[in-house]
Amino acid sequence: MRMPLPDAALMARKAEIVRALKRLVSGEGVIGDPAGLVPFQSDGLSAYRQTPLAVVLPETTTQVSAVLAWCQANGVKVVPRGAGTSLSGGALPLQDGIVLGMAKFNRILEVDYANRCAVVQPGVTNLAITAAVEADGFYYAPDPSSQIACTIGGNVAENSGGVHCLKYGLTTNNLLGCEIVLMSGEVVRLGGKGFDAAGYDLLGVVTGSEGLLGVVTEVTVRLLAKPSAARALLLGFGSVETAGATVGDIIAAGVIPAGLEMMDQPAIVAAEAFVHAGYPTDCAALLIVELDGPEAECVELCAQVCDLAQARGASCVRTSGSEAERLAFWAGRKAAFPAVGRISPDYYCMDGTIPRRQLPHVLTRISEMAADYGLGVANVFHAGDGNLHPLILYDADKPGQLEAAEAFGADILKLCVAVGGVLTGEHGVGVEKRDLMGEMFSETDLACQQRVKCAFDPDLLLNPGKVFPRLHRCAELGRVHVRRGAVAFPDLPRF
Amino acid sequence: MLDVAARTETPRTAAEVAELVAEAGAAGRTLEVVGGGTKRAIGGGAAADGVLSLAGLAKVIDYAPEELVLTAQPGVKLSALEKLVAAQGQMLAFEPPHLTKLLGAKGQATLGGVLGANLSGPRRLRAGAARDHFLGLQAVTGRGELIRAGGRVVKNVTGYDLPKLVAGSWGTLAVLTEVTVKVLPAPRTELTLLYFGLDEARAGEAMTRALNAPVDVSAAAHLPEKTAARPPLKVEMAVTALRLEGFEASVAARAEQLVLALKGCGRVEQLDAPHSREFWAQVREVEAFHKDPRPLWRISVPPAVGWRAGDALAGEALYDWGGGLVWLLTEAEPAAVQAAARALGGHATLYRGNGPAFAPLEGPLAALTARVKAAFDPKGVLNPGRMGAG
Repeated sequence: MRMPLPDAALMARKAEIVRALKRLVSGEGVIGDPAGLVPFQSDGLSAYRQTPLAVVLPETTTQVSAVLAWCQANGVKVVPRGAGTSLSGGALPLQDGIVLGMAKFNRILEVDYANRCAVVQPGVTNLAITAAVEADGFYYAPDPSSQIACTIGGNVAENSGGVHCLKYGLTTNNLLGCEIVLMSGEVVRLGGKGFDAAGYDLLGVVTGSEGLLGVVTEVTVRLLAKPSAARALLLGFGSVETAGATVGDIIAAGVIPAGLEMMDQPAIVAAEAFVHAGYPTDCAALLIVELDGPEAECVELCAQVCDLAQARGASCVRTSGSEAERLAFWAGRKAAFPAVGRISPDYYCMDGTIPRRQLPHVLTRISEMAADYGLGVANVFHAGDGNLHPLILYDADKPGQLEAAEAFGADILKLCVAVGGVLTGEHGVGVEKRDLMGEMFSETDLACQQRVKCAFDPDLLLNPGKVFPRLHRCAELGRVHVRRGAVAFPDLPRF
Repeated sequence: MLDVAARTETPRTAAEVAELVAEAGAAGRTLEVVGGGTKRAIGGGAAADGVLSLAGLAKVIDYAPEELVLTAQPGVKLSALEKLVAAQGQMLAFEPPHLTKLLGAKGQATLGGVLGANLSGPRRLRAGAARDHFLGLQAVTGRGELIRAGGRVVKNVTGYDLPKLVAGSWGTLAVLTEVTVKVLPAPRTELTLLYFGLDEARAGEAMTRALNAPVDVSAAAHLPEKTAARPPLKVEMAVTALRLEGFEASVAARAEQLVLALKGCGRVEQLDAPHSREFWAQVREVEAFHKDPRPLWRISVPPAVGWRAGDALAGEALYDWGGGLVWLLTEAEPAAVQAAARALGGHATLYRGNGPAFAPLEGPLAALTARVKAAFDPKGVLNPGRMGAG
């Protein structure tokens, strides 16, 4: 993966840049010394590291605005960062740019039960929102597995999902408003506490824009009344096909579970060894189905889903008998990534979405490819919405294995697109899938998206090198008609 | 209004749409984009040189009930689509309003039109808006370029979410040529609890209590006394309505819970499933205000303060979305209506009546909006003036 060549002249100005930023953000808000920069070199996609020029940790919207305006005036690139848990390299620093860390924006500003929303700063963690309101019977629905650490600002940037998004939606479906600062330093409010806003749905396009359009400085999220009951089912199957068919049966019966997860045998074995969740390690596929709502509904739906599973010959059908048991059922799934980390020195997590009916074909192809590449793979799958997370097992210390894992991952994502799916269901494009965007979009499609970027950030200073496989200068996008396959700007580096 | 002098083109393919838009751009002509033409009166109609009708792009392309997605051309009639998915026990969960009679239109609402206007019905407060169910698109931008964005699966974050941007852009950014929407299982049954005689403030409070209880209320509306007295309801007291949907046992259990939560709100009556459906169709289509000469506003505000909009402006109101959506018949000055909506943290759109429909934007947001419009349609070919400056 290549990043844009750093601008040597800009890097030579580091001392001056740090001095200027210190005037805008006083105290310990600017880090320039090499040791202090180390923790910021990487995000959750840890195979990639770069040292930024400096890290700025502002505390107010006014400071964010001043920093961005100064950077725009001085041609300095900016990479926004929440908790740095991105799995696609969204917060990977640039050598000739600064990192704008939003961790100090860590306050919940308002909880408004009458309008069922909370106004929070972007550095508040996902889980902290629920923690602040659960005693009053509310919660914030999207629950990415990293929710203990990841920030709501990062969730907005990446449009994060989680195991409950089949029923409750992604981040974008649970936001009412936000305040963003443009690269120019201008502060713009999008939405509010109402259900829609005047003008274009800019909140909708900023959500999931991976930090390329603006820096989020405040977020208004929807709160939901916590369901009075929730139960989980563990359903074991002799084959991935029957597990997949059961998922289809559940949906066809008109049931949308709160969570509907599948794990294949390598993932089941790894998770069981790690957290002892009580998973049946002899089955080929395991479904975890969560049903929530009033007690009467839970009971009825649990019985219905169990019947469907048994009709497909499920080898193991268990219903959680207590809240502790429900959480234990989930513990294995939520710890699937670290569990796989125990059986392999390194793993690489993919994130394609496929039409669910393609699951048997895709899993068969993945195991064939694994054999070709000589690498192991464990699959966890948000089965309800078709979002597949193959975990490719490799050892970075063995020459060539990282490259093989990346090539294998790219092949999986190409397969996802080929069967009618997409490159990423919830982790984002970042740097990781940037060069695969052409699999899904034509040059014309990408040029259209980049013009949206230009409307927000005409100098392309905000998180450049992410999402788009090629940088197009905005002025050129304005006048050149880009045709599929044509290398429109041979003078610009393809990185 | 239909300008009979304007030439109407009815392309049959996306490529023809692209050609027409590109030609118009090259010739400096503007186009009004029309689906069923039912909402063209909103905003007084675009004064365009020609009309681009999507009536010729009206096929369902792929419907996979088990995948919860449907792909269709934008000109497909909403009513036909609703029948198609209902036959599979599914629905468009955002409960799109047709508004045909409200707007006195002759045609039929289309899928593209509903998405373009981001119109959502009573279930919006629980299931999300049209934009939340709009997964992917193929469209022709104002530059005459055919693009794709989003996908054909329910979960996708690849690239910018352009379907959200296009939803509610009233055809000013791009002409839809194909859309993919999410479909969901329809509830097996429903019932509605009705409370009577509450004034606006108490009704607002009752709706908040209902929506904050863990009973999954799927619609909450209030018809003040004068509104409830109008046809088709014609009752002599204010009516506050709360809908529960789902499996039979669940709905019954939740109804009991809800009645307990609303103790002290007075007499309660229950509408069974057929009557509940009929009632919410009337709310969705704002039937109470079908025949009235006064201007009709759609006001979107934080739900808990919805009733204050009716307080601030003389007129007759119908409150949906737990108070978050206010339909208001009023002869107040447009500027006064928009100022009142803004003061409450929302915005107002004129749906019926003369004058600009959309509230003007201000400051950096207005400038950003203009740049976004220019990114898609730099020559202003599509629906000129439809969203004010945008």
